[in-house]
Amino acid sequence: MSKTTAWDRVTLARLQDRPKALDYINLIFDEFIELHGDRNFSDDKAIVGGIAKLDDMPVTVIGEQKGKNAKENMERNFGMPNPEGYRKALRLMKQAEKFNRPIITFIDTPGAYPGMGAEERGQGEAIAKNLIEMSTLKVPIICIIIGEGSSGGALAIAVGDKIAMLENAVYSILSPEGFASILYKDSSKCKEAAENMKITAKELKVLGIIDEIIKEPEGGAQEDINKVSKSLKRCIVKSIKELKEVSAEDLIQQRYDKFRQMGK
Amino acid sequence: MSLLIDKVKKLEYDENDIKINKKAADMMIGKWVKCDTCKEIIYKDELHKNLSVCPSCGKHFRLSARRRIKQIADEDTFKEIGKDILTKDPLNFDGYLKKVEGLREKTKIDEAVKCGICKINGEDAIIAVMDGNFLMGSMGSSVGERITLAIEESIEKKLPLVIFCVSGGARMQEGIISLMQMAKTSSALAKHNKEGLLYISVLTDPTTGGVTASFASLGDIILAEPDSLIGFAGPRVIEQTIKQKLPEGFQRSEFLLEHGFIDKIVERKDLKNTISELIKLHK
Repeated sequence: MSKTTAWDRVTLARLQDRPKALDYINLIFDEFIELHGDRNFSDDKAIVGGIAKLDDMPVTVIGEQKGKNAKENMERNFGMPNPEGYRKALRLMKQAEKFNRPIITFIDTPGAYPGMGAEERGQGEAIAKNLIEMSTLKVPIICIIIGEGSSGGALAIAVGDKIAMLENAVYSILSPEGFASILYKDSSKCKEAAENMKITAKELKVLGIIDEIIKEPEGGAQEDINKVSKSLKRCIVKSIKELKEVSAEDLIQQRYDKFRQMGK
Repeated sequence: MSLLIDKVKKLEYDENDIKINKKAADMMIGKWVKCDTCKEIIYKDELHKNLSVCPSCGKHFRLSARRRIKQIADEDTFKEIGKDILTKDPLNFDGYLKKVEGLREKTKIDEAVKCGICKINGEDAIIAVMDGNFLMGSMGSSVGERITLAIEESIEKKLPLVIFCVSGGARMQEGIISLMQMAKTSSALAKHNKEGLLYISVLTDPTTGGVTASFASLGDIILAEPDSLIGFAGPRVIEQTIKQKLPEGFQRSEFLLEHGFIDKIVERKDLKNTISELIKLHK
């Protein structure tokens, strides 16, 4: 088989039948209870969250949720959160901190929604608030990029102690199409952009942006979702076990140091 | 343009007035500027004397970091922090460093932010001043690093922090590393916050993208200059998404004030005094 290019991975990461956050949540955890709303404006369905059990341990789970068909995508806004989504996520993370539960986030979004309402209700403020608050949460945070991790809309739930990434997921400053349109003045040069942007798991591990790559079956995660879920679960269990040994104070300092060295 | 030529012609015929003739000669070498808003043609020296605010309609022109520092810091008090932090090229992006080098020579600006310690009406403060003349004030690794160093310095010295924002967002040419500067600067502000120190964020035209979605929105007090474009997504991106034109004034300072996202709109002439007053109230 020929080498998988960065663009091949972009295509795989965006596949409609690629497993989404809720697919993994339901396979990895038991008794997931979804909790809704930001307590201010609405319930954003592009982000799901709640409490679940990881084996016997209660955890807080949050994920950006895309749809698997047109109807679901309409309901989920193609996985593009509004400010309420980020505020719901923050509410649930603060709740996790209060009850000393580890947090696991699943990242899969083309970006924060660029709509009028989103701007009127402070999209920038909502993302910024998550970044500052996540940096000092006293509980372990595991972030996993499962599909598309695009721009500030992805980072808004990806400030954690352990950043893992599925083999065919991509994580970038914006879509290769957007990058090509800005820097090459031609969005059709997106394949070239994808190769140059360092968006694949392998490249991001070298850059020190992510900590771990989780293997996918030949052809992508949708080929064997049970297997991928098992690998994800192993990664989550192992990471929580390690991080639970660390005092809250050290945990926060280590998290600070982790992001502090990026681009130093 | 025709207006400009008319003015030159008119001045050239006025042979008795040497002073005006000097102005006419200056015009030929670009010492005049036209206000986008009221279309008035303004002598650049006059504009700069008026803090780069149009004397006729009050439009706030964009400021270089150098001019901003001159307006805000007491004379000869500014000492730069992080000057040795220079542009990096983590993607090995074709032509990037060459472009930066050329820009540096042309503009005499070394990066899109200048940070330092200074006095503002006698009050000690750490300031970070972004510069829209350098790659649209975009935030790459060196901008993030300089701002983080400035925040850390203000924690170390227990000083108030003021960041003047002007930015097109994250710097594309540095890819994911630019994105991470949002997390890095925000984490540093969390530490600053924990120490009980004051952070004033000043939003100027334009403040967008990853800068809005990080330190710009995290001030204890958020000020803005009048009529500045402030938002996460750029107006063009929103228009493409919703397939309609945005209403007049959308994402401007006055709009943000109305929606509860900034504390106060401050005209440039009042900015220095407002900042020093706020610092005094937090001593």
